[in-house]
Amino acid sequence: MDSQDGKATPELKHQGAGRWLQKEMMSDYYRALSEAPEKGEPVAYLFISGNVGELMRAFGFHVCFPEVNALQCGIKHISPQYLLRSEDAGYSADVCGYVKNDIGLLLSGNKTPFAHVPPPSLLVCNYAGCTTYIKWWEALAEYYGCPIFVLDSPYNRLEHIRREDIDYVVGQLKELIAVCEQVTGRRFDIDRLRETLALARQAEELWVKILHACKHSPSPLDAYFEAVFLMAPIYTLRGTPQSVQYFQAVLQEIEERLAYGLGPVPQERFRIVMEGPPPWPKFRTFWEMFKGWGAVTVASTYSKVGGLWDVTGRYHDPDHPLESIAEYTLNCYVNWSLPRRRQLLLDYARDYSADGIVIHSVKSCRSFAAGEADFREEFSKELDIPTLLIESDLIDPRYFSDAQMKNRIDAFFESLEHRKYVAARAASLPSPNREGGGGEVQIRAD
Amino acid sequence: MYYVAGVDVGSTQTKAVLMDENRRIAGRALTHTGANVVKAAERAFDLLLEETGVQRSDVIYIVGTGYGRYKVTFGDTQITEILCHARGANFVFPGTRTVIDIGGQDTKGIKIDSRGEVLDFAMNDKCAAGTGRFLEAAAATMGLSLAEIGEVSLRGQDGIHITNVCTVFVESEILSHLAWGRKREDILRAVHYSIARRSVSLLRRVGLDAEITFTGGVSRNQGMVAALQDVLGMPVNVSDDSHYMGAIGAAVFAYERAGTLSERALAAADWQEGR
Repeated sequence: MDSQDGKATPELKHQGAGRWLQKEMMSDYYRALSEAPEKGEPVAYLFISGNVGELMRAFGFHVCFPEVNALQCGIKHISPQYLLRSEDAGYSADVCGYVKNDIGLLLSGNKTPFAHVPPPSLLVCNYAGCTTYIKWWEALAEYYGCPIFVLDSPYNRLEHIRREDIDYVVGQLKELIAVCEQVTGRRFDIDRLRETLALARQAEELWVKILHACKHSPSPLDAYFEAVFLMAPIYTLRGTPQSVQYFQAVLQEIEERLAYGLGPVPQERFRIVMEGPPPWPKFRTFWEMFKGWGAVTVASTYSKVGGLWDVTGRYHDPDHPLESIAEYTLNCYVNWSLPRRRQLLLDYARDYSADGIVIHSVKSCRSFAAGEADFREEFSKELDIPTLLIESDLIDPRYFSDAQMKNRIDAFFESLEHRKYVAARAASLPSPNREGGGGEVQIRAD
Repeated sequence: MYYVAGVDVGSTQTKAVLMDENRRIAGRALTHTGANVVKAAERAFDLLLEETGVQRSDVIYIVGTGYGRYKVTFGDTQITEILCHARGANFVFPGTRTVIDIGGQDTKGIKIDSRGEVLDFAMNDKCAAGTGRFLEAAAATMGLSLAEIGEVSLRGQDGIHITNVCTVFVESEILSHLAWGRKREDILRAVHYSIARRSVSLLRRVGLDAEITFTGGVSRNQGMVAALQDVLGMPVNVSDDSHYMGAIGAAVFAYERAGTLSERALAAADWQEGR
């Protein structure tokens, strides 16, 4: 943590709390998940975007997110063996890396250093926005011989969510409740669902406060490189008392940073909006490429895959349990139409006083990648917003080339530097030697 | 006389350019990059000094660029070749608004303003299709040298389409055309047009404003210049220095930075020299 205004280093009480707690909570989460089969507890597999975790928890299901398992493998550098294993089994190189990592993991016995992934009792296919995911769950259903429930959430082709779409999803949730009763042998308890939703809402509101803090300059938080790490409990543990305590602790940490003018880099020189998922196996390398330039992400779309409450203001609501779950399911980022996503990026750039937009397009994810080249084209050509489009993958390190990536990022910030600083002062400045970046930097994520 | 230098360590060749205190190019040197990038940078710079007879101590600022820019260990700073090609093109052809740079591994489209500042850029992604390496693979398959193929392609007729975008697979596509008895010049013409079309599509991402300046090692290939102009439907600037453009741009940056940093040093030197 670095003070940006030269104040004497204060005695910090909360720094690192979020990171430490996140690790604790995630290992507890994975421990409980690993122990579910021997305890005879049911496990529901869900997708992150628009998930119905609260409903599952109300039935006593453990929620398991194969996407999260895959990204854990990516960040722990063990994804290549699983990607190759699924390619051995016949999956094409072009198939989504998350799918291939999961299939490879399954074929290798589902044991990882962080968890022994349990088999599903029920597969809930809340595939919002991604048709590949339907095939993923179908393959798992076939392999495990387990029931699958496809929750169809209509694509958001309009500016607003239609009442008919909410009713359509609520109708399906009622069918899902019947399936859950059958699988677990428990009766649906609306009060338990309301309690879970109330806890979810508290965590969501805290998370939004944390994200909104990035409007400050300097930003106390990197809304991409730190936020995508800190956000994990917003989907893995949403609806639990622990997740509320966790986000309270993170908020305290952020408020302390604000109070002392602390931020993720020694000196904030550029504020950027980031679109697209991170390259998990190269997370540190990728972050360093931005830190070296004093670039801080002030808003990002990937940190909203768990929910867009920061812009919709539509939280889970104990007074309207099924309706609010349906609305949340429909309202996830990759289920938004391209015009809405475009507007969101522009709104973020304006509201968070960004200098430019960086789009990290990943080969695996068509839901994210579709339209990104058009965004770049329009933003840079017509709206004169400096926009960088770079490509790699979220989990497959074979698609990440360090030198090529650094070259593009350096060139982007070199011209941004000219635009923001040099041209503004109409004078040229000596550029610091860029080897290793400017100044001491801290690494805050695995 | 005081000097500045730009050293462009590319994937295939390393280029060095010397610029004098009157902002004129005073010398050029070129060497193969090879496996030892640090050595390549030193070799190019030593060659530059040797050929120009300039003392090392008279070179007051050096900018490194290209993929090996951080290996220019004797340099004062590093700047990406994207900015350097832009500045170099602006130096040689001040009317340049769009730069197409085709090097060994990279193709870049760069949009610039009247001062040579980068407004936008786009690059080929993830593979070397449409770059110098693609031409190298084609030349090798035909048993020709890289220097020969451009001229041979100019004699070719339209009619063949090379569809492969993979630098490795293009070899088997060429072999199959040869097996069908197609003429070498026709196949090579198709190879050049295939690269030209890919490059122009890249250029369209940043916009096609005149004047267009063609830089990088591949710009020395006459067949490529002709194919590019044909696909674009407009002329492109090419100079004998086109493959030095990154190094020239680096030298221009070195000149500007030396000017800011060392105006007093230069003034003192001028006074000492009695001018």
